[in-house]
Amino acid sequence: MPEIKVTPLGAGQDVGRSCILVSIGGKNIMLDCGMHMGFNDDRRFPDFSYITQQGRLTEFLDCVIISHFHLDHCGALPYMSEMVGYDGPIYMTHPTKAICPILLEDFRKITVDKKGETNFFTSQMIKDCMKKVVPLNLHQTVQVDDELEIKAYYAGHVLGAAMVQIKVGSESVVYTGDYNMTPDRHLGAAWIDKCRPDILISESTYATTIRDSKRCRERDFLKKVHETVERGGKVLIPVFALGRAQELCILLETFWERMNMKAPIYFSTGLTEKANHYYKLFITWTNQKIRKTFVQRNMFEFKHIKAFDRSYADNPGPMVVFATPGMLHAGQSLQIFKKWAGNEKNMIIMPGYCVQGTIGHKILNGQKKLEMENRQTLEVKLQVEYMSFSAHADAKGIMQLIRMAEPRNMLLVHGEAKKMEFLKDKIEQEFTINCFMPANGETTTVITNPSVPVDISLNLLKREMALGGPLPDPKKPRTMHGTLIMKDNSLRLVTPEQALKELGLNEHQLRFTCRVQYRKTEFTIFIVFSSSYLVKAWAVLKGYTIQHLPDGTVMVESIVIKVSSSAEEPNTKVLLLSWSYQDEDLGSFLSTLLKKGLPSGLSSM
Amino acid sequence: MAAHLKKRVYEEFSKVVQLPQEEAPAKKLRLTKPSKSAALHIDLCKASNPTDALQYLLHFARSSVEAESVEGVVRILLEHYYKEQDNSVRLKIASLIGLLSKTQNFNPESILDDTLNTFNTEKSHQVLAQLLDTLLVIGTQLPESLIVRHRLIEVAYKHLSDTYFGVRNKCLQLLGCLGNVDTPLNKDGQGLVPAVIGGSAPGVSGGVCVRDAQSLISDYFADQDPRVRTAAIKAMLQLHERGLKIQQTIYDQACQLLCDDYEQVRSAAVQMVWVLSQLYPESIVPIPSSNEQVRLVDDSFGKISHMVSDGSWVVRVQAAKTLGNMLQVSPHFLEQTLDKKLMSDLRRKRTAHERAKELYASGEFSSGRKWADDAPKEKVDTSAVNLIASGACGAFVHGLEDEMYEVRIAAVDALSALAQSSASFAEKCLDFLVDMFNDEIEEVRLQSIHVLRQISTNITLREDQLDTVLAVLEDSSRDIREALHELLCFTNVSTKECIQLALLELLKNLTKYPTDRNSVWKCLKFLGCRHPTLVLPLVPELLSTHPYFHTPEPDMDDPAYIAVLVLVFNAAQSCPTMTALFSDHTFRHYTYLRDSLSHLVPPLRLPGRTQAPGVSGIEGSGSVESAQLFLQQSLSRISTIHNLQDPGAQDLLNFTIRDLQRLGELQTELAGAADFSATYLRCQLLLTKALQEKLWTMAVPLCLKHNAMATAAAKQMLEETYKLEFLYSGLENRQVATIHHVRLQAKALQLVLTARTRRGVEPLISVCEKFLQEVESFQRLFVVELPHLQESFVGKLLDLSPKLSACKPGELVKILQTTLRQSGFLNLQLPKQVQRASATIIEPTGESDNPLRFTSGLVVALDIDATLEHVQDPHNTVKVQVLYPDGQYHVIQPKPGDFRSPGPHRHRLITQVYLSHSAWTEACQIEVRLLLAYSSSRLCKAVWSDSSTEGLQPAEGATEGTIPFGKPVKVFIMPKPARR
Repeated sequence: MPEIKVTPLGAGQDVGRSCILVSIGGKNIMLDCGMHMGFNDDRRFPDFSYITQQGRLTEFLDCVIISHFHLDHCGALPYMSEMVGYDGPIYMTHPTKAICPILLEDFRKITVDKKGETNFFTSQMIKDCMKKVVPLNLHQTVQVDDELEIKAYYAGHVLGAAMVQIKVGSESVVYTGDYNMTPDRHLGAAWIDKCRPDILISESTYATTIRDSKRCRERDFLKKVHETVERGGKVLIPVFALGRAQELCILLETFWERMNMKAPIYFSTGLTEKANHYYKLFITWTNQKIRKTFVQRNMFEFKHIKAFDRSYADNPGPMVVFATPGMLHAGQSLQIFKKWAGNEKNMIIMPGYCVQGTIGHKILNGQKKLEMENRQTLEVKLQVEYMSFSAHADAKGIMQLIRMAEPRNMLLVHGEAKKMEFLKDKIEQEFTINCFMPANGETTTVITNPSVPVDISLNLLKREMALGGPLPDPKKPRTMHGTLIMKDNSLRLVTPEQALKELGLNEHQLRFTCRVQYRKTEFTIFIVFSSSYLVKAWAVLKGYTIQHLPDGTVMVESIVIKVSSSAEEPNTKVLLLSWSYQDEDLGSFLSTLLKKGLPSGLSSM
Repeated sequence: MAAHLKKRVYEEFSKVVQLPQEEAPAKKLRLTKPSKSAALHIDLCKASNPTDALQYLLHFARSSVEAESVEGVVRILLEHYYKEQDNSVRLKIASLIGLLSKTQNFNPESILDDTLNTFNTEKSHQVLAQLLDTLLVIGTQLPESLIVRHRLIEVAYKHLSDTYFGVRNKCLQLLGCLGNVDTPLNKDGQGLVPAVIGGSAPGVSGGVCVRDAQSLISDYFADQDPRVRTAAIKAMLQLHERGLKIQQTIYDQACQLLCDDYEQVRSAAVQMVWVLSQLYPESIVPIPSSNEQVRLVDDSFGKISHMVSDGSWVVRVQAAKTLGNMLQVSPHFLEQTLDKKLMSDLRRKRTAHERAKELYASGEFSSGRKWADDAPKEKVDTSAVNLIASGACGAFVHGLEDEMYEVRIAAVDALSALAQSSASFAEKCLDFLVDMFNDEIEEVRLQSIHVLRQISTNITLREDQLDTVLAVLEDSSRDIREALHELLCFTNVSTKECIQLALLELLKNLTKYPTDRNSVWKCLKFLGCRHPTLVLPLVPELLSTHPYFHTPEPDMDDPAYIAVLVLVFNAAQSCPTMTALFSDHTFRHYTYLRDSLSHLVPPLRLPGRTQAPGVSGIEGSGSVESAQLFLQQSLSRISTIHNLQDPGAQDLLNFTIRDLQRLGELQTELAGAADFSATYLRCQLLLTKALQEKLWTMAVPLCLKHNAMATAAAKQMLEETYKLEFLYSGLENRQVATIHHVRLQAKALQLVLTARTRRGVEPLISVCEKFLQEVESFQRLFVVELPHLQESFVGKLLDLSPKLSACKPGELVKILQTTLRQSGFLNLQLPKQVQRASATIIEPTGESDNPLRFTSGLVVALDIDATLEHVQDPHNTVKVQVLYPDGQYHVIQPKPGDFRSPGPHRHRLITQVYLSHSAWTEACQIEVRLLLAYSSSRLCKAVWSDSSTEGLQPAEGATEGTIPFGKPVKVFIMPKPARR
């Protein structure tokens, strides 16, 4: 039986280093190639030795597809392609292709230059790796080779995030990457058509969460910022350079515009400027509002948001500053925080999750005194707020996507095992489809029932059409006679005559014959009944043409019934029956009829 | 070869031009002139290949064909049709036939047989589809003829089983448009309806199964082609619109179609389900996989709610809109649409809305300072959580969060419709609507504010909700702020803190956007009126009075202080104890404001103060009726005048005019009617004066002065008639006739005067002709009103009309002179409601002493803000005029987008006009005023407006002009010479 195999190398019952191997219709595809944020050793990257112990991966993989630019989805790419070795095509969308190398370079800098690791990929490797990338457009079907085709759908989440449909023949798999079913200020919602894939591989970060409406969150956020600024306080928003930062910027920018506010908003420079540039470029990937208004004004050309300079932090008066990094563990955001922490008029808004051990985590838990380096303590007087702006689909969103795509099987990745369990039950219950949640390295096999396309010759089709009703009824199967020719990797259904001709064979008639012996007495009874009675009996099998030939033989369709007497046994008459294989059913019916004598049911007729 | 020969024969024939042995069809035409059909025939015959033929046909399609030759043209087309091998040409011919059968005054029944015949030979599916389309056109042209309809339907039945989707589509369309909507009589075999042969061919041998259009169409709900499925649903909806009662059995099928793969099918199915839910709201349907049953309307409501999270936004819009129309749904289901159970890590979480409500209930407000403040509490029973919302769950939550603003607007509208019918739902959806005030698209924000206003009679805002609402007051968009003021006028709030909060925010708004002054004051007026008891405890604080100390007297010109006073005074109106809290200066300010802002400050009964007469509160509702009575009396007194030459008539007119004018000033409700009558009477008075007997007998040169007076009177009368006609709304045809009558009188007077002053006949002839034309058009326009005008000037003129047209100008003038003087006074019948169009320019105020400086030769933009009342169609009629001191003037037509309509009969014009002038030595005032443009052809246009745009030339005798209305405003400007 044909089957699809899915093996997560990362992100199986886990968040981080997404890397999923799919083999479908004899093709092997790697979906995402990410790194794990939590580890600094070998576990950082997926275990490529699962694919092959030594040598390059090129001959084992047909293609690699990257869903979006987050490092847990693309961080291991240069390592895999340049250090392990892969020369095949890597597919990603245009925005991902543009932004991905920036992030990779940044990642490399931090690991190599700051932490001093060796044996890491180099800038050149990133460049070489990006040369292998083939860009994808939304809804564009790309033929990887003759059989394998891929198609990208919009996924929301971050700029350029895509869901991919992988299709070989009639078998298909959809991989969602990370996606978001509720639109936000700068991106739309994920969308897919009813493609009915064999497997839908979905992320499940928020498998057990149903989120409140985004409007409440936005309103809260704006209200808090607004109040602080009106009080004359300063607001610090630590963010990661890409993704949420842009959403918050747009949110504040439009709010400032709407409310005619004057307080300055700053964005700490660095990565961001480059990234904002790409946001400006890839307008088609944003939401309806931005797409529709960019002709008048590109929303990413901020009027109120200016670049931050270190000296601004000491300026008097209210201001809002976005600064990296998001968890307040180092860098500019921490420096500003130190300056502002002492004033209770100020506020810090943490828009995302903070890892344990970071200052962000500490202050969120209400710690009022922080120990800094060289034994200084910092008193935290400013207000600390937490706002969750996350761009993953919640449980409802996942269910909604399933309803949209109508998959035959479901496979969950990119989430915690316990939470997945809950969602898995729900999915099986609501949709009555199988749901899998393999761990890393564990293979899930799904048996598919692909339809095999067969070319049918026009002659045959027309002949069948002439026999049957006027319209082919899609709801009812119909049997037809023909010859299936399997030749040169193609299947054709043709008329038997044509098949014979093509194969250069002569036609052979296959006939079954059988003899039935009767004693004379019996026979006379038979004769008496034969013409009238038998004919009557056969009339039961109505619709068959019955012919009486002059020499006493009777023909029913192609079945010949002939009476002959043998010389040796004059007392017996022999009935010869002969039929071609096409009329096998009728022939065997007749022979049993004649052998057993006439069934009593019939004789009464 | 033969074909080639034939072609040549035709070619030659066409060159010879009209041989006597013209073939039969041409004779049938009975052509009286070489019409288009002949030309077409020749063209078609000339065509050597399909491309040429197609070109000819396309060319032909552009020209119009008169009704009598349509039949002939169709014959020729059909003749060619049978000869033509090429599909596209036949298709074009078929479409042309359809086009031709739409010709006015042509009865397509005559070409029906010929068209039907084409079906026998046609093989091409595309052409068949086009032919069916043609039949559809013919069928819709002949809606009454049953026989035609039955024949067409038969054709449709026959082709329903075609393999091409287009043909099936058209057949279904035909069935939907023409199918029998009466109850199928054929069941008992004697109905008029011909027995219909079952949908598919095998039925023939199986006996004739009789089926009605409905079940037949429903068979195609399961067609393999989505376009056919859509067409089938649409056809069914069409049948429904035409009055057929759709059977409930279709419901299940329709529900299945909701899960179709194709969006247009789903969209149509949503409509279908809705129609069924409206037809059978109370019938019971079982819930699958359980033993329970629900009402059909509830079931369908749930199903349509589900579609709000469909993949296609077209369907989502459709579904959201439809939800708003399902008012019979039970409250339980309705409330589910706003339900979204939150959870986090499998723990139940309260929504922000719930949290806000609880905080409010517990007396403490706004925290959110702590992290994990919203930490989930109780553990959720995993089996009970229903993730994929079955039924109506959270439909609006999704709809309001949708990516496409079209869906969001549809959802807001639906919310509004549902909330207006259910108070408890209104209460529930409040939070969601308030959230929408924060939408990224202004249109959505505005819409949700409007919706909240509409439902605000049903609700009372909580403090936290009010807080969110008020936050929007800082919006930079003027529309939003004004909509919000309007909303606050209608809102009920629960506590005095709310009032205080609202006042604070409004004052903040006032300082930030001083232009909102009027709107804010008005808002506070209503707020005070509505909540007197809530304002009462706040009064000392608001007026900053102190029990022991005198506080400084606030500045009377401070808009914020006025705002506070407006709130307090309006509350005091229905709370008599409040006045005791006022300090002395408050009373003084009251009298000042009562005078200067009388529309905002109500009359108060102040203890120990004499009340100014006429301002007293006793002048209540009764006065309107008494004024009405007075108006009637004055008018009936006038009606006693039979002839204007009667002695004392003039005096009576004079008095009455004065009375009416005063009445209009006193009673704003009747101002329109009073002004209208006064103006009319003034016209009559002018006429009377001009016609005074003594003067007319004198020789012309002797009474130059009188002549000048009469000419001026005639001119003024004309102007006044235009004002009468166009400045007042609510006029009926009768009044318009009266006005036109006065105008005719004025013109006659002018004519007589011209005749007297000018020598020579030539100029007179043309003037007389013109006048006669006007009399004629008057007669044409007001045929209905003529009986009422029997005794009047026109009545008498028309009696003489045969003589008039024949006589010479001199005689005509004489006749006019006598009729003018003899004709009776035409009484004015007041219509029920007459309103005078008025305009007030709010901005610029004209008070500024600082000139607007700009460099000469360049432009400066002047913001204009004006309210217009009772102006019909302001987009086309209202113009802005700028008058410079040197007499130069510009008329500026504002953009349609500059007009807003905040209420019925009210419009607001917010626009910018550009000023420019050469340099002046010192600042000088320019005048800005509003004009009402009119054109007398408007009346006629209204009748013709449906027809094509070609007839846009003004009707004969149309006069166009402008009437200034509203007070002009002076603006100081100072164009400076450019510095080099």
